[in-house]
Formats: sequence, structure tokens, C-alpha cells
Amino acid sequence: MDQIKLTEGQKKVRRRRSVAIAVALALLVVLFYVATIVKFGPGMFDRPL
Amino acid sequence: MTYSEDMATLDAADIGFSEAEPRDYFALLKPRVMSLVVFTALAGMTIAPGAIHPFLAFVATLCIAIGAGASGALNMWYDADIDRVMSRTSSRPIPTGRIKPQEALSFGLVLAAFSVLTLGLLVNWFAGFLLAFTIFFYAVIYTMWLKRSTPQNIVIGGAAGAFPPMIGWACVTGSVSLESIVLFLMIFLWTPPHFWALALYKVGDYEKAGVPMMPNVAGMKSTKRQILFYAVLTACVGVLPYVLGFASPVYGVFSAGMGLVFVQRAWRVFRMLDTDAVMAPAKSLFGFSLVYLASLFAVLLVEGLAVRFGL
Repeated sequence: MDQIKLTEGQKKVRRRRSVAIAVALALLVVLFYVATIVKFGPGMFDRPL
Repeated sequence: MTYSEDMATLDAADIGFSEAEPRDYFALLKPRVMSLVVFTALAGMTIAPGAIHPFLAFVATLCIAIGAGASGALNMWYDADIDRVMSRTSSRPIPTGRIKPQEALSFGLVLAAFSVLTLGLLVNWFAGFLLAFTIFFYAVIYTMWLKRSTPQNIVIGGAAGAFPPMIGWACVTGSVSLESIVLFLMIFLWTPPHFWALALYKVGDYEKAGVPMMPNVAGMKSTKRQILFYAVLTACVGVLPYVLGFASPVYGVFSAGMGLVFVQRAWRVFRMLDTDAVMAPAKSLFGFSLVYLASLFAVLLVEGLAVRFGL
């Protein structure tokens, strides 16, 4: 099967874009994690079971 | 780029391979506009009555910044044709071919959705609605409709740039009030003299692109008169935060002084000859208008922080 071979330059920019997306997603996870704790606060576990 | 195994050669465009760097996507967000948006939104947030958790204030600022960036990306997607012919915008990522229009559109839509939903979920839905409306106003009402159809484009479209302090205020209070409307008016009335000063000495660019800016349509004389009119209104509204009691006398004196200088620069533009090729007064007004708005909001921001930290 034919495959498309990327040049070194194209591989480099693709890697940089992938890293940027990964960093953005990781920051989004951290943001929602911290925001959840901040919004619920210590009352997060204070509820009837 | 080549097919391995055989001799056929394809370039990046044939398979739609993107060669854009992350910084090209960052440029789509119009970072300089974004910084002014962040600044004014922060000022609105700090002087608003009520408490907001510092982390949620950070989230709100981030969402407003990303939302403003999304508007910028959608604007660049739609305006790629005229950006190509204007000297000020011809090096943007789409005209230079570094990013394809469809990529900019997707990028803008995804960021718009993320910023609005995050602001709504984590801060409050009224602020989220205001942010969504701001993005819609800038991308659809201004960019797609007004910009190419009326010389009042930046007068009405200026509302999009004026909403951020109101959104900042809404993040804390969950509502709109007279104070936040004053913050809105400060930017709304400042926009025409700011952009028309630029349009006076970039008139050829706008003419070439077919954008009906005021100097192209109504002429130099009428534009200069309107610049002076809006500059006087801007200076008057600039002192209202003090008059209405939500800024200190220091702000009152500072805003009055800056307003006088702003009107004086607009007066020099008004007196400028139509035949003036250099247009130094217009360039000076454009530069000063940025200092004017940034410094007034800087004082409001500092005062707001001082009150919050009990200084």
C-alpha cells in the first residue's frame, strides 16, 4: 500500500501542534478539577447518603 | 512530500496537510485586541460589588479572553479576501496561506463554544450568555453584515468591543447595572474616534478593499467633525465613574485631564488640512486613544483591587 511520507519539517510542525493540543487539554482537565473543588468546597461530601 | 514506493509527488495542498505552527493559531486570536479585552474585563470584575473566588475570577478572565480570540478567528476566516489586499492585514495567517479558511472557522467555532460553556458552567449563565452574544455580535453583526455595508460599521460594531467590562461585571454580580453600562459606553463612544483616526491615514487601504469606512464615504471633513463630536462625548462619559460614585476623586481628576488631552488631539485632527499627506495629528490621536482607554481602565482596576484588598 502506498503511504505518504512527510518531510522532516512537516513532521516537526505536526509534533509542535500535537504538543500544543495536549498541553491545552491537560490545562482544561486541571482547570475543571480545581474549579469543581472551589465551587463545591468542603461541602462536597456533606450530603445525605 | 512524496509517495513512498512510487515516483508520484504531491505537495501539501494536494492532501490538505496543514503546515501551520501553533503560533499561527495564536495569531488568529488577535492577541493585541485580546489583551485590551482582558484588561477591561478585569477592571469590570474588580470594581463590581460582591465577591468572587480568585480562581473563578481567573477562569472568567480566561473564558472572556478565549471568547474574544474566537471572535478574532471567525473575523479572519470571513475577511480573508479583504485582509489579502490591505497592507495592515496581508501578513495574517490566512492571506499568507499558513492556515486554511476552513481550519480558522473550525478553530473559532470550537473556541467560542468552549469559552461560553465553561463560563456558564463555572461562573454564571448570564455572563455566559453575554459572552455568546458578544461573539455573535462581532462575528455576524459586525464582520458579516455591517463592515462591508455601512460607514457606521465601527460605530455599531464598537459594541462588541465594549461588552467585556460588562461581562466582567456580570461574572461577579450576575446582572447588568448602571455602572456596567457606563463602562460599556466608555469603550463604545471611544471606538469611532479611535478607528476613524486610523481610517484617515489608511484611507487608500480601505478604498482598495472596498470597505466603506467614514472617510471613503462621507469624506475627510465630515469624518473629522464626527471624530471631534465622539471625542467630546468620550471625555464626558470618561468622568462618569467618579460622578456616579464608583471611582475615587483621583480617578475623577485623572480622567478629566486625559479627556481634555483626548479632545485637544481630536481638535488638532479637526483643524488638519484635507491635503495633509503625513496626517501627523491623526496618527497622534490614534496612538493617544489607546493610551487614554488603557490608562483609565488601569486606574479603575487598581482602585478596584485596592478596595478588595482593603488598602
